[in-house]
Amino acid sequence: MARRRLSYTYQLSLEKRITEFFIMIAGLWTFSVQFFKYVFVPPYEVYEVRKHMNELGIRTFPIVSVTGFIIGLVVAMQTQPVLARFGAESNLPGSVGISIVRELGPVITALIFAGRVSSGIGAELGSMRVTEQIDAMEVGAINPFKFLVVTRIFACTFILPVLTVYVIFISLFGAYVAVLLVQNMTFEFYLGSVLKSVEFGDAIPGILKTFVFGFIVGVVGTYKGYTTTNGTEGVGKASTTAVVVSSLLILIFDMILVKITLWLWPTV
Amino acid sequence: MLRIQNLSKRFNSKVVLDDVSFEAKDGENLVILGRSGTGKSVLLKCIVRLLEPDSGQIFIENKNVLSLNIKELNELRKQIGFLFQSAALYDSMSVRHNLEFPLVRNFEFTPKEREEKIVSVLEKVSLLEAIDKMPSELSGGMRKRVGLARAIITEPKLMLYDEPTTGLDPITSKEISMLILELQKSLKMTSVVVTHDLLCAEIIADRAIMLNEGKIIFDGSLEDMTSSNDEFLIQFFKHEILNKSETTNV
Ligand SMILES: Nc1ncnc2c1ncn2[C@@H]1O[C@H](COP(=O)(O)OP(=O)(O)OP(=O)(O)O)[C@@H](O)[C@H]1O
Ligand SMILES: [Mg+2]
Repeated sequence: MARRRLSYTYQLSLEKRITEFFIMIAGLWTFSVQFFKYVFVPPYEVYEVRKHMNELGIRTFPIVSVTGFIIGLVVAMQTQPVLARFGAESNLPGSVGISIVRELGPVITALIFAGRVSSGIGAELGSMRVTEQIDAMEVGAINPFKFLVVTRIFACTFILPVLTVYVIFISLFGAYVAVLLVQNMTFEFYLGSVLKSVEFGDAIPGILKTFVFGFIVGVVGTYKGYTTTNGTEGVGKASTTAVVVSSLLILIFDMILVKITLWLWPTV
Repeated sequence: MLRIQNLSKRFNSKVVLDDVSFEAKDGENLVILGRSGTGKSVLLKCIVRLLEPDSGQIFIENKNVLSLNIKELNELRKQIGFLFQSAALYDSMSVRHNLEFPLVRNFEFTPKEREEKIVSVLEKVSLLEAIDKMPSELSGGMRKRVGLARAIITEPKLMLYDEPTTGLDPITSKEISMLILELQKSLKMTSVVVTHDLLCAEIIADRAIMLNEGKIIFDGSLEDMTSSNDEFLIQFFKHEILNKSETTNV
């Protein structure tokens, strides 16, 4: 009896979850469309965008610095013995550089950014929703979507690439430290061999895709926050699900974008 | 000024407003009374279209509110002030910026005019000393008064107050009621005031409406309402008067 009831409620909640999932996909799509509808309409909220960019940059700077350095260090430490096995140790800077620039730098930065920022935005807008601040703007004839949502999505989209470039350099430095542990190499020589192997076609797609990742973080965070229901409990839920959803979407879009890049710039 | 016809609103299967009709004339102070959870806040939110009613019509200055597009609606909203039950201050902004926000966005005042307006409304709600505080540093009653200041700073023609005096001490509560009365006189404002506070109702009401279970069960003068023989009204005011004597005893 008890088991039957359990499976019944489970089924019910599964059904509910699936509907919620599709509602969310539709909502994220609407938010993206609305963003492009409003972002070109004056007045431009330059001040707000700058404020959010500053906040987001400062909020994520320490953690991406540490993570970037460690990732570079660890990847180099892991790759070095493998290359040594094939007698290709001299390729270490180049191969580590390529993986950092093409994949690790952009994706790791985006995932950390998602964890730190989309939860923050979700909680912030969520609490504005449940305390009727968004309603107050609406009654005050101020478009809350433009003021709160568009500015945040814009800030996310343009701050993440900047952070990524920074993280790539920090990671490369971390990798250099790992190289130093096993062999003697000047930084100039190291950087020179990295730059020799990393091509334009490696760097550009890696950076470009972070615009998409930043956009995803912004849209998911604002959507989750803006549509919060159920009071304070809902705020907590908005902020945690924002992280899960944006991280997943980043990985899915990464897969798609990698496929597209390889098709556009076939690497020999 | 404001006319509401056959307004109904449901949430899922729960009927909150059921065929509500009433009118507020130019410059009138209309008080809406009713027990907790009968849909008073929902009614106010329907008037400004924060909630879409299921059926019925709303007219403000002969404009059919429910048929306006978003641009026309925003023009209309600039002439309406709304005090939220929770005050709804923007908690990322200081008191000054909260008050400045609607002025900067929707009107063309010089910085000096804005500053004068901010100071003058804060004086009206006796909170000038809190001008640079953040909302989190204010007490509940102070927040309410800042919310009131923010709503009246644009000098709207129609003010909707959702429980303006709840959570205030009797003296401040009386001051706020007097302020509402004064605004009506000086700015010829029309006000719809939702309240539980009988003292406040007595001070400001030109007319009073009693809402119960989504229906209007009385519409007339406050004296008539308090002296009515209706079973529900007798019960309602008996408790109010009991409450009042309790607070005065304390
Ligand atoms: N967004 C909503 N979704 C579902 N139900 C709601 C919603 N808003 C209000 N209700 C329901 O509508 C009813 C009326 O709520 P309302 O807030 O208007 O009460 P009220 O008369 O203002 O009470 P109070 O004096 O306590 O403020 C309540 O039963 C509430 O549960
Ligand atoms: Mg209410």
